[in-house]
Amino acid sequence: MDLTLVLAAGIGLGTVLLFAAVGEIFAERAGVLNLGVEGMMLIGAVTAFSTAIATGNPWLGIVLAMLAGGALSLLHAIVTIHLRADQVISGLALTFLGTGLARVLGEGLSSAGSVALLPRLTVPVLSSVPVIGPIFFRDQSVMAYIGYLLVPAAWLWINRTRPGLHLRAVGERPSAADAQGIDVVRTRYAYVLVGGLLAGLAGATITLAISPGWFGDLTVGGRGWIAIGLVIFAQWSPIRAAIGAYLFGAIFRLILDIQGLGSILGAPNPFGAGRSTTFFLEMLPYLFVILVVVAGSRGALRRRLGAPAALGRPYVRGERGD
Amino acid sequence: MIVSLEPRVAAPRWLAPAAVVAAVIAALVSGGIVIAIAGGDPIRSYAHIFVAAFGSIGVVSDTLVKATPLILTGLACAVAFRMRLWNIGAEGQFLMGAWGASAVVLLPILPAGTPGPVLIPAMVVAGALAGAAWALAPGILRARLGVNEIITSLMLNYVALFWVQYWVFGPWSEGGFQQTRPFPPEAWLPRLTDFAAGNPMLGGLTVHLGLVFGLIAAALLWVVLERGRWGYELRLTGDSPAAARYAGINIGRTIVVVFLVSGALAGIAGMSEVSGVVHRLQDRISPGYGYTAIIIAYLARFGPFRVVVAAILFGALILAGREIQPSGVPAMIQGFVLFALIVAEVLVKYRVRIGRPAASTA
Repeated sequence: MDLTLVLAAGIGLGTVLLFAAVGEIFAERAGVLNLGVEGMMLIGAVTAFSTAIATGNPWLGIVLAMLAGGALSLLHAIVTIHLRADQVISGLALTFLGTGLARVLGEGLSSAGSVALLPRLTVPVLSSVPVIGPIFFRDQSVMAYIGYLLVPAAWLWINRTRPGLHLRAVGERPSAADAQGIDVVRTRYAYVLVGGLLAGLAGATITLAISPGWFGDLTVGGRGWIAIGLVIFAQWSPIRAAIGAYLFGAIFRLILDIQGLGSILGAPNPFGAGRSTTFFLEMLPYLFVILVVVAGSRGALRRRLGAPAALGRPYVRGERGD
Repeated sequence: MIVSLEPRVAAPRWLAPAAVVAAVIAALVSGGIVIAIAGGDPIRSYAHIFVAAFGSIGVVSDTLVKATPLILTGLACAVAFRMRLWNIGAEGQFLMGAWGASAVVLLPILPAGTPGPVLIPAMVVAGALAGAAWALAPGILRARLGVNEIITSLMLNYVALFWVQYWVFGPWSEGGFQQTRPFPPEAWLPRLTDFAAGNPMLGGLTVHLGLVFGLIAAALLWVVLERGRWGYELRLTGDSPAAARYAGINIGRTIVVVFLVSGALAGIAGMSEVSGVVHRLQDRISPGYGYTAIIIAYLARFGPFRVVVAAILFGALILAGREIQPSGVPAMIQGFVLFALIVAEVLVKYRVRIGRPAASTA
């Protein structure tokens, strides 16, 4: 087992989580919790895959997938921002709706059949840098590179620009932001939409780049929820989200690789492919999410770690509390 | 144009139930539009669902069989949601309940040949304990550390599925297939059709004792929640933790107990499914009962008897939905129902005003 290959594959798998997590960070920074990531990713995945099959153009698939994810997120925005419905229930509804819609739209699609995938690239000079080159810049999907650009861009946007300042203000103290003349409602709509666009992109990345094919709900298989867990782990920072996403990507890859080993430390591999014990390996990412969420969400700790103060609360001008 | 929401001072009594009915209709219409876009015939699809679910005594019995796990998991969600605890792990607790009940027969915990009157209660207890155990961790983490129970309970659903898969692919596999050997008849919950010898009318009716478990659980919960002190404490803790603390309620303990009750109910649902329907453990014993239960609890506005009614409706949808194309229609309609309910709830609480806000509220 080659660690470099594991990490390189982890980048690809992690890119999916990265897009979804960064999208959720934007929405939560604006004060809106969107638990519908899994549903938006499924809609993105099925839209991208069927578009690529129908038109032969994966890029069109990416664009339509983002729009589909964005459209679903707007439903959440209307219901939670304008109608002030419970964000938890609305997010769950979004997951059900996205899952059901994706299954209806994905009827008849399968993993079989040739579909035009997104290109893979090796960056000329950077790929020969020792250690970093083979992991990050050799034969990676173009989506991985978009991920590399997205992370610093998201960090700069949130922390170093005026719109980013407004975003944080709306998520921390909407009443103060409102008093400053920032349009709280419009800002929240915009960033919930950004979250939807990125979740759609994450879904499209699965079906058109990382693990092509349509396998119903299992296409996303809980990765939307893992992304939500990552946001807590990342303390609402895109850079930490990237580290977490790539780490989880590597864990997913490692689970596959361990099953391929003939022996571990000289003993026959107890988790070899085909053995039922591999199911214990499959549990690990989900158990790891629980650990990560426990570590990241202890009351006092959480406030210090930078959870947006107004997360989950609707904003009503003139009402007590913000 | 300005759209504003004004709280209703007093909503008429008929408004809330009317809004629920309107929400279901709106969801069916939305679902019909999608079916039409996908190339289907919505009216024929819905007519088919109705006939396939209620068209004869036999299919009504099948609908009730599908409703049975939904009643129990729906109650599991309702009891937690009433306290604003979002246990969305009913799916995993259901699977663990099914596993626990199977363990009594297959591990085996009780020796082969144990008579039914001993075996079946033991399976119920094992299922309830396994389900409750699976809900314990999210409950304790939430009560002690304030950890978001949505993510922990949901992640454990995946872990439970892998756990069941380990047993049905591995130690309990029957000849390498993804299922265990069938349970002996002593481990089966009695069905109506089992009494067909005395009364031929009952032949082919697969309704089993699990339905009675569900109805008893609904009645017990109603007494406890609506008439008992505990139900009052639960509602108070959910609505206003500060007031509950002031009233001397131990919030942490209440949270853990609610999770245990919720998990036990979902676990009994799993027991009822393996013992009443499948008669063996498989990894695909649930088409998402634990997730549908979330919508049922919400549709029923957390009322135990209303859960029974909603569960029968969704049981019909799942039963008939297996036959209509595309196959995702039931899941999609469930999503529409939940969204429509949320909007309906808002319209019950607030009056929507288009135009300038009324002067008196400015």
